Amino acid sequence: MTLDFSVVGSYSQLLFTGLLWTILITALAGSISVLLGIVIATTTLYGSSVASLPVRGIIFLFMGTPLLLQLYLLYYGLSQVGVMLPAFWTGVIGLGLHYAAYNADIFRASLQAVDPGQTEAARSLGFGRGATRRYFIVPQAILTALPQVGNNSIILLKDTAVLSVLGISELVLDAQRAISETYRPFEFYFTAALLYYVVNLAMEFLLSIAGRKAEEIR
Amino acid sequence: MDFQLIGRILPYIAEASLLTTSLTICSLVIGLIVATIVAIGRFSRVTPIRWLATAYVSIMRGTPLLVQLFIVFFGGPQLGLELTPFVAGVLTMGFNIGAYMSEGIKGAIIAVEKGQSEASRSLGFGRFDTMRLFILPQAAALMIRSLGVNTVILSKSTALVSTIGVVELTYSAQRFVTSTYKPFEVFAVAGAAYIAIVAVISLIVRGVEHFFDAGRRAKA
Repeated sequence: MTLDFSVVGSYSQLLFTGLLWTILITALAGSISVLLGIVIATTTLYGSSVASLPVRGIIFLFMGTPLLLQLYLLYYGLSQVGVMLPAFWTGVIGLGLHYAAYNADIFRASLQAVDPGQTEAARSLGFGRGATRRYFIVPQAILTALPQVGNNSIILLKDTAVLSVLGISELVLDAQRAISETYRPFEFYFTAALLYYVVNLAMEFLLSIAGRKAEEIR
Repeated sequence: MDFQLIGRILPYIAEASLLTTSLTICSLVIGLIVATIVAIGRFSRVTPIRWLATAYVSIMRGTPLLVQLFIVFFGGPQLGLELTPFVAGVLTMGFNIGAYMSEGIKGAIIAVEKGQSEASRSLGFGRFDTMRLFILPQAAALMIRSLGVNTVILSKSTALVSTIGVVELTYSAQRFVTSTYKPFEVFAVAGAAYIAIVAVISLIVRGVEHFFDAGRRAKA
């Protein structure tokens, strides 16, 4: 059996739709992971130990077990407790939670890395503790964290492929649909890989621009 | 929590953990070999080899592991490459993690290369001997941590091999869930098994780091 990439052409519409879903899932899950990551980092660092201990435990669990296992737990577990969520949102939330744990770790380190002189300066200018954090510390930490958080977003893009296992329509599942009609797995998976690579390069490019902007602001 | 169920599935989960462990170890061995070759390739004087090594790292890191796995396992037979799920999984994960690990090795080599390389070259050692006798042994201590992090990542990505039918931890857990409808109990046990594996890897990495530190202090 030889390779024949010409069959891919007639499924370009399907693959393109899949790619758009992949990008949408990346954007949604990425946003959850960043926002939740900041919330987790600030509560573990500034909150009372009553709140921070369980949160730290949960982060440990998220970082110590595979994404696929967490997705399965959410997928089967939610319906067990009577929460009926469409598979799409289960996947987006699962992916977002997983990377929120990784981002929280980065944000926590960045918050701690902000020069204590910044806090002293803001406090002596009369800003309260909350205002100091909100207007001075957190924004600076976000700039420091940007390159690593961006890196995590690229890893997240590639992990959206795992959602195909839950039957969520994205690039891999759409490729599988085309394969089930044509029996040409190599051609379609290869094309899918190529599309991921292109999006990956585009993200790397955008992040390098954002990184340079962040350097300028700092 | 159904503790009786946990007790009943425990032996099966333990057995599946062994398979997850052997997937990790086999992929790690392949990964280390690939990583060393690719890292050295990135310092080659032959430009095409340098390009090839850089392209390899970029492509392996730029595409999802799951898709790579599917290309090898489902697409392989089209090229006459029929592999068992275990072999396909180990090969794909090894070549994938090798790209990530080569970055850590490259960084460590850069960190020691400069003066050491000049000194050994001026003593008359060839480029290959310089790399083998001076650069790599010193770089080894510096790359342990990043190799360790990648091994932890690798042990967790073995879960993806469940999608091509290897009954490792995740697949085994999923099968129990579909037969018992007790996702929390089953996945808690499987999750604990993964955390135990990750903990053991971290301990080993710390031990190796300690070993290198002790070696350095003894020499100094």
